Amino acid sequence: MSFPKRIIKEAERIVSDPVPGIIAKPHEDNLRFFDVIIDGPEGSPFEGGHFKLELFLPEEYPMMAPKVRFLTKVYHPNIDKVGRICLDVLKNNWSPALQIRTVLLSIQSLLESPNPDDPLANDVAEAWKEDSSKAIATAKEWTNKYAK
Amino acid sequence: MDSDISTGFTTDQSFDAFEDDGYDDLDTNSVVSVVAEEPLSYEVPYTSLSHEQLKQRFVSSVNQIQNLCGLSHEVAELLLIHNKFNIEWLGERYLDNPARTLQSIGLDLKYADYSFAPRLLPAPPNFLCAICCDDATYPVTFALPCGHRYCASCFKTYLRMRVSEGDIRLNCCLNSECRFPITDSVYKLLLSPSDYNRYRDQLIKLYVNCLPYLKWCIYPDCTYAVECKVNQADLDHIIPTVECNDGHKFCFGCSNEEHAPCICRLFAKWNKKCADDSETANWINVHTKGCPKCQATIEKNGGCNHMLCRKCGHEWCWVCSGPWSEHGTAYYNCSRYDEKSGQEARDQQAKSKASLERYLHYYNRYANHLESARLDKKLYLRTQKKMTDLQNSTSMTWIEVQYLANASDVLQHCRRTLMWTYAFAFYLERNNNTHIFENNQQDLELAVEKLSEMFERNTSELATKRLELLDMTSYVSTRRSLLLKDTQLGLLEGRWKYNLSN
Repeated sequence: MSFPKRIIKEAERIVSDPVPGIIAKPHEDNLRFFDVIIDGPEGSPFEGGHFKLELFLPEEYPMMAPKVRFLTKVYHPNIDKVGRICLDVLKNNWSPALQIRTVLLSIQSLLESPNPDDPLANDVAEAWKEDSSKAIATAKEWTNKYAK
Repeated sequence: MDSDISTGFTTDQSFDAFEDDGYDDLDTNSVVSVVAEEPLSYEVPYTSLSHEQLKQRFVSSVNQIQNLCGLSHEVAELLLIHNKFNIEWLGERYLDNPARTLQSIGLDLKYADYSFAPRLLPAPPNFLCAICCDDATYPVTFALPCGHRYCASCFKTYLRMRVSEGDIRLNCCLNSECRFPITDSVYKLLLSPSDYNRYRDQLIKLYVNCLPYLKWCIYPDCTYAVECKVNQADLDHIIPTVECNDGHKFCFGCSNEEHAPCICRLFAKWNKKCADDSETANWINVHTKGCPKCQATIEKNGGCNHMLCRKCGHEWCWVCSGPWSEHGTAYYNCSRYDEKSGQEARDQQAKSKASLERYLHYYNRYANHLESARLDKKLYLRTQKKMTDLQNSTSMTWIEVQYLANASDVLQHCRRTLMWTYAFAFYLERNNNTHIFENNQQDLELAVEKLSEMFERNTSELATKRLELLDMTSYVSTRRSLLLKDTQLGLLEGRWKYNLSN
């Protein structure tokens, strides 16, 4: 299977020069598939957790955004039950100049600063708005239970 | 009939369908147009617009903003798209704060009258396109005035994908930090001619969809739009029936089929009622009773009033719903009929029975006309055959047999109107005004049936009764016009009182 230069370059770079707290490993047989592990940012309720994600570069990449999904359960207003992520750069604000590493960095910072005003998981967002300290406690609990 | 603008002031337009414009002065046509000379009270002014005319409107809106604000055409167009084509609002906003308005589309004040002559350039030395990262030599590259340069092929692919996804509102430079907008001349340079046309068509589509007084014709594949300045708030006393230049009639208010004299709100309510299952529930109410003990639904299909529930074994009386043990030996009749215990249950049942009967009364008539309207096409084909027959069997010319086509058109149109009078009447409270409405309805219905009957006659008879048929056609359209006029007047006067609990 042959891959566009851009994908080969990005894959090489993300392995040789990884972003701190993020490991992305391309599948050996298909460079469009990445197994990703993002460490929960310090000071966030996700601290100490290692979150597994899968990332796929569609045929149209980089004209279209990569498809990214959490495999580990996360209690977060912008991540739903099946791991789908509500993030502007993955949708409307995608630009072909963005890369895998910038997308993963955005996801990491989304963990750091949840946005309950633009929710994907409505129940979590409600809980977050009503009683944020309780929601944060639940997020911590989930991190301990599922992400360690 | 191919002229591009038609105004709503002529009712006889549909009758012209088979004619060339040059024959309008013949008497075959003037007979049906007695009521069509001046605007009718129940019609709203509107204009049907072709794709070409929409394009012109679009361009003239851009020109307007361009002149008002001293912008270049490209920038004016972009601002207008970004501000949903609201000229007044955009004009005010721009004059109030030009810098911020331009900022909203990613431009600096210095670009206000910017006219871009985009060019493809060869790659500078050591150039690497950040999108494809292809080290091979790049034949040509492209950059917007912001200077972010990419290979032309990536730029082209990007724009093509945006257009194919219909994402045309505001596309910018490929650099994720840069918001420099892509203007028309860039689309033109980078897209293939067919993709560029597609982009322009999408803009027209967006234009119509953004403006409340423009709507696309609701018929599939019809390319006309209609302009009609009717307020959503006025829909309770105006029924804006419009017709595009392809002869498709529809309601501008709710973008549905023509439904005069029924107002949009009742049209929606009626459709919902017909579509949902509430009448099934009503039937169950009328024809079955629940076992007084276990509530199992029981239908009485003959036999005596002594009911034995199969489910719980309870013995009870169908008539009074009381236990059978109190009835002694009086089989086949219930002497306890007036007993108070059963009274309420019976009242409730009578009520839903009356309600169902009332609904069915209106629905059957509505459905009857609906069915007739469905046969429209057959009737139309039959008419054409009759017209040919007449031309062959008599000395009548093609022009002279057109009265049959007119009659057929009037008949179809009136049936549609009648259909909606029943939906409207269903929601009317019983009072004198409603009585008048129903009289008008009845007159129209009788006339329509008469015309329909005349229409069924065989060819030879049709030829001899030509004048009679012409008169009847004229009479029927007058009746329709009267009914619509009076309903419209009533809407404006607030004469109709609705009972919406049904």
